[in-house]
Amino acid sequence: MNRGGSSPSAAANYLLCTNCRKVLRKDKRIRVSQPLTRGPSAFIPEKEVVQANTVVERTNFLVEEYSTSGRLDNITQVMSLHTQYLESFLRSQFYMLRMDGPLPLPYRHYIAIMAAARHQCSYLINMHVDEFLKTGGIAEWLNGLEYVPQRLKNLNEINKLLAHRPWLITKEHIQKLVKTGENNWSLPELVHAVVLLAHYHALASFVFGSGINPERDPEISNGFRLISVNNFCVCDLANDNNIENASLSGSNFGIVDSLSELEALMERMKRLQEEREDEEATQEEMSTRFEKEKKESLFVVSGDTFHSFPHSEFEDDMIITSDVSRYIEDPGFGYEDFARRGEEHLPTFRAQDYTWENHGFSLVNRLYSDIGHLLDEKFRMVYNLTYNTMATHEDVDTTMLRRALFNYVHCMFGIRYDDYDYGEVNQLLERSLKVYIKTVTCYPERTTKRMYDSYWRQFKHSEKVHVNLLLMEARMQAELLYALRAITRHLT
Amino acid sequence: MEKMSRVTTALGGSVLTGRTMHCHLDAPANAISVCRDAAQVVVAGRSIFKIYAIEEEQFVEKLNLRVGRKPSLNLSCADVVWHQMDENLLATAATNGVVVTWNLGRPSRNKQDQLFTEHKRTVNKVCFHPTEAHVLLSGSQDGFMKCFDLRRKDSVSTFSGQSESVRDVQFSIRDYFTFASTFENGNVQLWDIRRPDRCERMFTAHNGPVFCCDWHPEDRGWLATGGRDKMVKVWDMTTHRAKEMHCVQTIASVARVKWRPECRHHLATCSMMVDHNIYVWDVRRPFVPAAMFEEHRDVTTGIAWRHPHDPSFLLSGSKDSSLCQHLFRDASQPVERANPEGLCYGLFGDLAFAAKESLVAAESGRKPYTGDRRHPIFFKRKLDPAEPFAGLASSALSVFETEPGGSAMRWFVDTAERYALAGRPLAELCDHNAKVARELGRNQVAQTWTMLRTIYCSPGLLPTANLSHSVGKGGSCGLQLMNSFNLKDMAPGLGSETRLDRSKGDARSDTVLLDSSATLITNEDNEETEGSDVPADYLLGDVEGEDDELYLLDPEHTHPEEPECVLPQEAFPLRHEIVDTPPGPEHLQDKADSPHVSGSEADVASLAPMDSSFSLLSVSHALYDSRLPPDFFSVLVRDMLHFYAEQGDVQMAVSVLIVLGERVRKDIDEQTQEHWYTSYIDLLQRFRLWNVSNEVVKLSTSRAVSCLNQASTTLHVNCSHCKRPMSSRGWVCDRCHRCASMCAVCHHVVKGLFVWCQGCSHGGHLQHIMKWLEGSSHCPAGCGHLCEYS
Repeated sequence: MNRGGSSPSAAANYLLCTNCRKVLRKDKRIRVSQPLTRGPSAFIPEKEVVQANTVVERTNFLVEEYSTSGRLDNITQVMSLHTQYLESFLRSQFYMLRMDGPLPLPYRHYIAIMAAARHQCSYLINMHVDEFLKTGGIAEWLNGLEYVPQRLKNLNEINKLLAHRPWLITKEHIQKLVKTGENNWSLPELVHAVVLLAHYHALASFVFGSGINPERDPEISNGFRLISVNNFCVCDLANDNNIENASLSGSNFGIVDSLSELEALMERMKRLQEEREDEEATQEEMSTRFEKEKKESLFVVSGDTFHSFPHSEFEDDMIITSDVSRYIEDPGFGYEDFARRGEEHLPTFRAQDYTWENHGFSLVNRLYSDIGHLLDEKFRMVYNLTYNTMATHEDVDTTMLRRALFNYVHCMFGIRYDDYDYGEVNQLLERSLKVYIKTVTCYPERTTKRMYDSYWRQFKHSEKVHVNLLLMEARMQAELLYALRAITRHLT
Repeated sequence: MEKMSRVTTALGGSVLTGRTMHCHLDAPANAISVCRDAAQVVVAGRSIFKIYAIEEEQFVEKLNLRVGRKPSLNLSCADVVWHQMDENLLATAATNGVVVTWNLGRPSRNKQDQLFTEHKRTVNKVCFHPTEAHVLLSGSQDGFMKCFDLRRKDSVSTFSGQSESVRDVQFSIRDYFTFASTFENGNVQLWDIRRPDRCERMFTAHNGPVFCCDWHPEDRGWLATGGRDKMVKVWDMTTHRAKEMHCVQTIASVARVKWRPECRHHLATCSMMVDHNIYVWDVRRPFVPAAMFEEHRDVTTGIAWRHPHDPSFLLSGSKDSSLCQHLFRDASQPVERANPEGLCYGLFGDLAFAAKESLVAAESGRKPYTGDRRHPIFFKRKLDPAEPFAGLASSALSVFETEPGGSAMRWFVDTAERYALAGRPLAELCDHNAKVARELGRNQVAQTWTMLRTIYCSPGLLPTANLSHSVGKGGSCGLQLMNSFNLKDMAPGLGSETRLDRSKGDARSDTVLLDSSATLITNEDNEETEGSDVPADYLLGDVEGEDDELYLLDPEHTHPEEPECVLPQEAFPLRHEIVDTPPGPEHLQDKADSPHVSGSEADVASLAPMDSSFSLLSVSHALYDSRLPPDFFSVLVRDMLHFYAEQGDVQMAVSVLIVLGERVRKDIDEQTQEHWYTSYIDLLQRFRLWNVSNEVVKLSTSRAVSCLNQASTTLHVNCSHCKRPMSSRGWVCDRCHRCASMCAVCHHVVKGLFVWCQGCSHGGHLQHIMKWLEGSSHCPAGCGHLCEYS
């Protein structure tokens, strides 16, 4: 491990934010010391994650029951802030990785690696490289995609699309994979693979969104192990998350601000709730609101002064550690705004025409039995999870907020709910939050601590983790919906 | 469509005519509804809302209700319903949560009447009161149901399901105030329209969302529900608790269910996903649909019977953008294609066989004794009361009873248990099996074994000699031959020595053969018979007769081939061909063999007399025997096996097949072998001879058969705490939420091999315990017990 390694070459392994990179480029000799990070997350102070005894007990029990590696990893630790959810998460993950399924165990881990590699999430890659070898995978495959069977390689296209632009998946893609031939996939296998891909794309979002730290003591350092890379820019980490009250340290003056921010949000929610009754938005207005929201999501990121990269500029800057890129092809392929492409107009995905509850579930459960129930429970759990609190306030109905978050993610993937007034998104989600959401769901590898800190300053960390869970599941569902719709079309 | 037949039904004056037909819509349909006069149908979808007139030959578009420059979301319909009292009144549920009513009597082009925007989420269902003109009910994704009076602008009352989204609402046809609603979480609720505060009754009907429900048009209180769990259930609501009366298992989640008019037990269903057909079920026969309509190319989204009193016309709309009229008599009937036959064993070996009457009649007319032929030994056909089932199809049931002397099957069990099938040289196996058969009084079988031995083993190679051969040294054949020649001369002079050596040999073979002395006797018997001049004495049938004659006739013909043919087969008795055979017994035998063999090679002299002593008895034959290649007999052996199998003694066929292994396998086609194996295994399991059946599975070379051992290898465990089975995972109890088997060394859950001390019942990971006990003799749990690991 090169933790604390301060040579420039080691520093180059870290994903840097543009500012730092510019500085670095100017002065090649700069020595950046990598602070030791403690705790499971770089964003959340360790003591926030430490829990009451009963919760720890429950978590440990869950880990015993479902963990594939047998250890309490950082993801689990952060998620254990929401034990209820953790259980359904671990259960479904365990089912995908270990229980009866059409794919052999090493395949499953390799697919997880491929999925995580799309977002350069070395944390997940490392984790699954270990598991891959442990389950009897062929070590040679870890040298890169050229070494894997053609069959797995064929999954690349769908992995790429699913990760960045799921709306482009068509039944032709499915047909290409399942058409009879030497390397064909059976439908159950394909569904299993798709579920795994979607799960790990979404999990990568969570890892970056919550600033999950690399595991502290990787047990075996065999030759195939990648160099564990912390993906957070040093400037974020240098910020200090070891200092108490990290979230507040940056801005004492912000307290007043954020307090009023919170009040304002509460106020708006209340107003929206009351308004509902006598509000008379015309239909045209409703549909334009969706379009507006869709379009606006375009500018959300580029408007941010600190972390904006015009597309082209970013591409040449993109650091892809060679360790990661060997698992993917076409690394330049990334998220492109759904609303942007004026030339080819893609139809909006009408949520009511292909819902998870009616259609997605039936299909997935038919081809890969029982996973439907587990995913269903997980989606339901995350959507309904609430403690009726908002920051310091209690007894708040947060349904509206949760729905706004969920639908906003779907909106960015071009999924529209007829019965949702997208004006609400504008009212409830402030700009910095939108920036965060968009980054975490669309290009999670660019998430920085600053983004994480800049929204909802009054909120507890556990609430922000809750937001991350929502984003993760919304993203997973969106990917699944597109993929399953393509499979359905292939079937009919 | 292709079928031009018309159906005319007289229904109280009005006459319904039509044929199976379909028409193309511009867009996928989400729902359809029929007008009271049965002459018009309305189709609604995301981008379609039209009324079609149903004419005799075709559908004719009558009205497009989707007007306006830019169609708003209010027109994106999730459901549509036509009032059954008022021909001009329609209601639609929009995906954006708006309920719209339409009045066809309006003079303007836009027929939209009223707009209710009270629901916050998509409205899934609207329903008019069956008799009241102005009452409309809606159920929405937001979990609320609302009742509207069309004379007022707002809802009259709101019902809160207190649970998740409402999927369907239906007014009861018989009870004026009652309506049923179904929910996404699997519940069904019963409401009184006058009491919006709480539901009258609630019960869980399905696992997962209940997509639809329908009240029975005649039977009061019968409610059919269909859910995502692929089931259709019929509930009786008249009793205190809702009682499930029927349950139909379909192959996909059920999207719509509609009772068939005039047929008390029939209902039509269509599915949400994957399956495009419409089925009509008789709920009393839940396994095979009574009728099936296969016209649609994509999922069917709406079904409706054309007239409330006519059971033959069904209308349907589909995602494939088509509207269809189905005629019941044009439906395909899966029952027709099914072969309704059932076969079952009773507790005491009785066999019952049910089949379609026509089939049975034909069969019994042809040959009453076919049944006997198939089960010649075990069963005879006793009674044949061709009693038809009370169901729709008439079928005949035949029962074959076990013969009174059913205990005669004892021989089967004994044989199965005592036969040796592998692990020894061929000659020994044959001898052993022949002896077993003889002891059980099955002389024919015994003779067969003896002959097999004669065919496939050269006579000089008796048990001990065989042992030496199993090593397969290249030169040993020559050696053997030489021995047999030389010893013929030497033997008389060595008489006393031979005795001695022979007993030695016996002692040795004891290690591998349980009763070698008995075998020896058999050998002697065996050879005596062969030596006798009257072959007819022991001939079993034509087959064996020819067999014998042939090899007597033709001794020198194949002589030159002998060494190649005989040696390899004997040198590697069986075991090399067998896949997946555990090495256990063979290894032992090999170990026992090898020192013996090396010894025997060292002093040929001591071994040689031993051989000769046996050969002496039938020297003349020995010479002939060894000249014939076993290949020569393979046809006969094959016929013999077929003969036994045909006779019903599949045990013999399989046993010989296993014992001879490679020698005959290629002559019998795979499928027949597989068939024999499975029959034999089935029989063995019926007699609970699990060990034998497993051995047979293991020794079989057929892929399909050896797979049997690899299927359902799950070991079920019970929780050590609550004694209940741990179903989902083997290491955690769902009920008491404890991890069962903890390792006493590392204190983690054991998910693989668990070893425990029988003294103190503590244990853990195999490796951990092994390691622990290397260093300590006490139990790792600290109970003070002195555990042992061996």
